[in-house]
Amino acid sequence: MTNTKTVLPTEHCETCPAFTQLEQMGIKVGDFDRVIALAGNPNTGKSTLFNALTGLKQHTGNWPGKTVTRAEGGFEFNKMRYKLVDLPGTYSLLSASQDEEVARDFILFGQPSCTIVVCDATSLERNLNLVLQVMEITENVVVAINLMDEAKRKGLEVDPRSLSRDLGIPAIAITARSGEGIHTLLGAVSDVIEGKIETKPLRVHGTPEFQKAVNELVPMIEQMAPGIPNARWLAIRLLDGDARVQKALSTGELGDIVSRQQRADVQFSGKMSVKGRQ
Amino acid sequence: MEANEILAKAESLRNGLSTGFRDEIVKSLYTEAENIAKRAVKTTSEKKYDFDQKIDRLVTSPYAGLPIMLLLLSLIIWLTVSGANVVSGWIAVVLFGIGDYGRALFNQIGAPWWLTGFIWDGVYLGLAWVVSVMLPPMMIFFPAFTFLEDLGYLPRVAFNMDWLFKKTGAHGKQSLTMAMGFGCNAAGVIATRVIDSPRERLIAILTNNFVPCNGRFPTLIMLATVFVAASFPPALTSFIAAGTVVGVVLIGVMFTFIASWVLSKTVLKGEASAFTLELPPYRRPNISRILYTSIIDRTIFVLWRAMQTAAPAGAIIWILANIHLGDSNLARLIADWLNPFGLLLGLDGVILLAYIIAIPANEIVVPTMMMVYMGAGMMINGPTSNSAIFDLLVNGNGWTMLTAVNLMLFALLHNPCATTIMTIYKETKSVKWATLSVVMTLGTAFVVTFLTASIARLFGWA
Repeated sequence: MTNTKTVLPTEHCETCPAFTQLEQMGIKVGDFDRVIALAGNPNTGKSTLFNALTGLKQHTGNWPGKTVTRAEGGFEFNKMRYKLVDLPGTYSLLSASQDEEVARDFILFGQPSCTIVVCDATSLERNLNLVLQVMEITENVVVAINLMDEAKRKGLEVDPRSLSRDLGIPAIAITARSGEGIHTLLGAVSDVIEGKIETKPLRVHGTPEFQKAVNELVPMIEQMAPGIPNARWLAIRLLDGDARVQKALSTGELGDIVSRQQRADVQFSGKMSVKGRQ
Repeated sequence: MEANEILAKAESLRNGLSTGFRDEIVKSLYTEAENIAKRAVKTTSEKKYDFDQKIDRLVTSPYAGLPIMLLLLSLIIWLTVSGANVVSGWIAVVLFGIGDYGRALFNQIGAPWWLTGFIWDGVYLGLAWVVSVMLPPMMIFFPAFTFLEDLGYLPRVAFNMDWLFKKTGAHGKQSLTMAMGFGCNAAGVIATRVIDSPRERLIAILTNNFVPCNGRFPTLIMLATVFVAASFPPALTSFIAAGTVVGVVLIGVMFTFIASWVLSKTVLKGEASAFTLELPPYRRPNISRILYTSIIDRTIFVLWRAMQTAAPAGAIIWILANIHLGDSNLARLIADWLNPFGLLLGLDGVILLAYIIAIPANEIVVPTMMMVYMGAGMMINGPTSNSAIFDLLVNGNGWTMLTAVNLMLFALLHNPCATTIMTIYKETKSVKWATLSVVMTLGTAFVVTFLTASIARLFGWA
């Protein structure tokens, strides 16, 4: 079923040091080095990007909510194997519908090495709400601004650099249907994972009294689960009274994640060849 | 630090916050997003999606919206019916020809009669039937449906039908899951995950079976062509047949509304919740992707599943037909035993037997029925033309127009196939709801066919 591959444009000459190589691996993801999550609003082309990267043929219907389960696939980029998880499309991560829970649980508990948030260039403002929420949970986020061609047709021009600057994370313009910009996107993803790009995600703070309450909770959570990467977000959710997070805390699920994460760090450390900006 | 301590602390901190703090967070999130977007997006021209908006104004207008939808549905079904008829006969000739050849070959090498019979008149005939009946409609219906899906038409359907679902206490997105049900009810049940409210999601799950899936379309198409359309001039046949199938689909939609309304007034009480549905821009569908999705992912997948049940079903029928008891065989005896109940519903014993054997997959109802009628052991191949089918059913087995109409109704309303029932169980994690889905549909099917049969007999129509 996965034999036919979408041919992606090569963006560099093979002799150039910047030459990058993408190999679609379909569903053969048994052995991988990194996990990447694909998040985004419904109908922004997440599944199209997923197919372009993995060579799979996940059906991409043009209606919001088409992907209701997690789809997984793999690809190899610059000798590194990636597992890609296509999450259901959601407008936010705050409510409790099943698709939002699948997406949020994976970003929070699945601990992907990096999360790509696919945005619709034609309605950026609404899409950014989700980007900001994902950035609350994890630092390793890359924004892929998709449907640039549609935006142009609509008379809109999106400046990825301005977005990058404001959000503190890489923002890459892509057209998933034709494969344009995908190599640049993957380059940014691997740089973020390897620490060559240091993200400084913008965090929305709320009122000062709320901020104070968050700051009181964070050390308590960190004390209970040392090394937890998103204590701040958990504190916010606890203040909001989020039942799922409360449950994860009292069942010890959070502690498990931290220990799993630490084991994984040890495993990965051998492969982290370059650190810091070159 | 204990989890309970943290939870208690969070609780007390929350109580200390001013009441609107949640709104404050959401508001600051939105303001931030707005500011960032303002800086990053430049409007280069005032050109908007003029064309898209014009189309949307038409296809979602209160007057033209529903008629256009009906027209598109009729067009797809007409394409399916008229195309399938041509191809179906052709495939049947080839496959049954292969059957003749295989049987002759087995006889030549001196294989025992029971082996020849079991393989060629049982397993192979079951497979040949299911392929020739199912493949053609699927090959036309799936690409056409996928085209509309990729174009972006489905959310417009939801928009058009929202007020109807709201009136029945169901969720507007139920029309999306209903549309998916045309392909496969199990897929439709899974698609209900887009509905947030558990109550409305259950309504969508329980009523999904009232739209005929692709496994049931062939039955409807055959009956509409052979019985309803047969008495019209040949030029009109395909239109009459398609119109009949559309009519059956509309009856199914009507039952969806009735059942949704009854459910939301009884076991699933509540009001319809509000939701926002984005109308995505129309996108030019990618033809090769459509063909890939509809042929590989859908057609082959569904056909393979049908074949997996058709082969053993063919074997069972052959065995039942070849265990002789006195003058009769076991298949006939079971059918005769079921006959009184079948006649009460305006059907007959063979049809009920076929439905029992076809519980794993609805696709094999027609093949099973045909094989029992033909007495599978007697080396008769399936009738390859509509007139031959008509002859077999009416002159050979006493069918009337009532049998045909009631079989269409029964095919539309009866219990979900085993796969769908399993899917309902997995999605709801409840034996109760899975059972209700069977009882509700089967009960409706019995009551409706009994009523039509009684009325038809009362007025002397049958």
